[in-house]
Amino acid sequence: MSGETYQRYFGSQHRLVRETVRSFVRDEILPHVDAWEEAGSFPRRLYRRAAELGILGVGYPETCGGVGGDVFTGIAVAEELTGSGSGGLVAGLGSHHIALPPIVRHGSDEQKRRFVAPVLAGERIAALAVTEPDAGSDVAGLRTTAVRDGEAYVVNGSKSFITSGCRADQVTVAVRTGGPGAAGISLLVVEAGTPGYSTSPPMKKMGWWASDTAQLFFDDCRVPVANRIGPENAGFKLLMENFQSERLQMVVIANATARLALDEALRYAAERRAFGRPLADFQVIRHRLADMATEVTISREFAYRVAAKIQAGVDQVMEVSMAKSFAAAVCERVTHAAVQIFGGYGYVREYPVERLFRDGRILSIGGGTSEIMKEIIAKRLLAEDEK
Amino acid sequence: MRIAVCIKQVPDTEARLRVRKDGLWVEEEDLPFVINESDNYALEEALTIAEKTAGEVVVVSLGPERVKDALRKALALGASRAVHLAEEAFQGGDALATGRALAAAIAGQEVDLVLTGSQSDDVGYGATGSVIAGHLGWPHAWLVMGLEIEEGGTSARVTREMESGMNEIFRLQLPAVIEVQAGINHPRYASLKGIMAAKRKPIERPSPADLGLEASQIGAAGSRLEVLEVAFPDSGEGAEMLEGDAATMARTLVEKLQREARVL
Repeated sequence: MSGETYQRYFGSQHRLVRETVRSFVRDEILPHVDAWEEAGSFPRRLYRRAAELGILGVGYPETCGGVGGDVFTGIAVAEELTGSGSGGLVAGLGSHHIALPPIVRHGSDEQKRRFVAPVLAGERIAALAVTEPDAGSDVAGLRTTAVRDGEAYVVNGSKSFITSGCRADQVTVAVRTGGPGAAGISLLVVEAGTPGYSTSPPMKKMGWWASDTAQLFFDDCRVPVANRIGPENAGFKLLMENFQSERLQMVVIANATARLALDEALRYAAERRAFGRPLADFQVIRHRLADMATEVTISREFAYRVAAKIQAGVDQVMEVSMAKSFAAAVCERVTHAAVQIFGGYGYVREYPVERLFRDGRILSIGGGTSEIMKEIIAKRLLAEDEK
Repeated sequence: MRIAVCIKQVPDTEARLRVRKDGLWVEEEDLPFVINESDNYALEEALTIAEKTAGEVVVVSLGPERVKDALRKALALGASRAVHLAEEAFQGGDALATGRALAAAIAGQEVDLVLTGSQSDDVGYGATGSVIAGHLGWPHAWLVMGLEIEEGGTSARVTREMESGMNEIFRLQLPAVIEVQAGINHPRYASLKGIMAAKRKPIERPSPADLGLEASQIGAAGSRLEVLEVAFPDSGEGAEMLEGDAATMARTLVEKLQREARVL
């Protein structure tokens, strides 16, 4: 080891966290993951088990039932969970990471007791609902309305592509309580079982099979005013705050997925023989592996750098957007290349790269498309934010 | 019940070892270290007993600074505090010197039971537990496959594995030193809450003088055994690659096992 120092992102505590999550994945997820993928769902008890181990509570204060931990603890957990090879499972098990932060930051103590602690205990499943059939990237254009009527809001409209939507016990929903645009949006927590609230059957998707994804419907659904998070019409800002951690999470999943595909490709290239020698002896394969590893490493190192700055409280809106669009593109290229190296075997479900390739596709769409990421970057570059 | 668990940090058994330049030990740089396997089972056994008896587990280890990681893990798993014999004087000892130092550290802890693994995965002397028991003057059991604390907490029922597949079951009076085998239970994972809490748990670092020990009694100076060299054995000869399809190879193998090796 050289005497020079450089920033190390992970310490011995992170290593212990990794050890626990890796054992959990190895013993309690990997033996079943193929069946769960095919079934399009994983058992509810997994939430309870993950909660017992503290996996759901990473990044949340102990006062809310969390276990604490810094940004890199969250990264270590997400990387190890992605080792399951099922992006859907990671997204489903982690759907609270987008649903809860606004409540933790802006909710009352009573709201935290009702809507945060039981989720971190694995007793309730939480989802976030922003996207609508006619408003995705255009968050400020959402149309689901919530009209005040005494101590309740009457909610009408629908939401689309909601992770954990089918079985969520509570959904943090973005609704229009005011006029058009960003200034008229509020967040309400809607509990399953509320009259007027219903969900579609699970949507059939290209990837992320193990996560349930649904459309939600609100038909004169009365939601208590007490379920509103933060002030009325202040929801847009809360959502924007939330995007930074959601995007970092997507970056980590993208990089870890690409890393898995690279590892699979390396192993296969060493084993598989063609024309009398291992694939890894062919320059075309060697160079492709080198390119894959280079991209994976650069993407991951940049993500860690961005995470370190987020940890230090430095604004990283532009950088996290760069990291997301870059990591998603790297993930697509690397999983594509891995399938190519596997040849016919890469196209069948028996081999993990087939799933990694399908699962990777959502990463340039969900949590803000790559096009939106580039708009955010361009806006900052051109200093248009202040206008 | 207060239980001391002696753990050792050893190179990960899956790691590739290289002999150090001086030929006396392996190169430790970049070598991944873990808690010795059977010590993990001893710790699990202790945590289970402590939970049942509203007791506590004190984890004890002798070794260099890196050992702190192993102690932190034990604290994350549920031990309430740790004792680390970290000073240079403690290091480099044989089972006799190490056992003497560990016994002195345990003697100050007022424990009802000492648990440890039956042997270490690196040097594998399998002797340190016996030395500890000798110094404390306590009964001792080795290769333990089953342990039950009896009513009242003054005795334990112990199942030992003997040769030829038989078990020996006996009762011993507490306090005692019990060395367990891997497989006796299912070690838990450290919960993330436990990992975060471990930061705040104390690790004591007594000096030899704190334990009433002279430098000449411990570490390399207190050892009666001197390592002359560690080396990989020369690779043997006589390996034979079987050829043909699976059925042919299986047939040849059975023949060879019967006629040449005479093990079937």
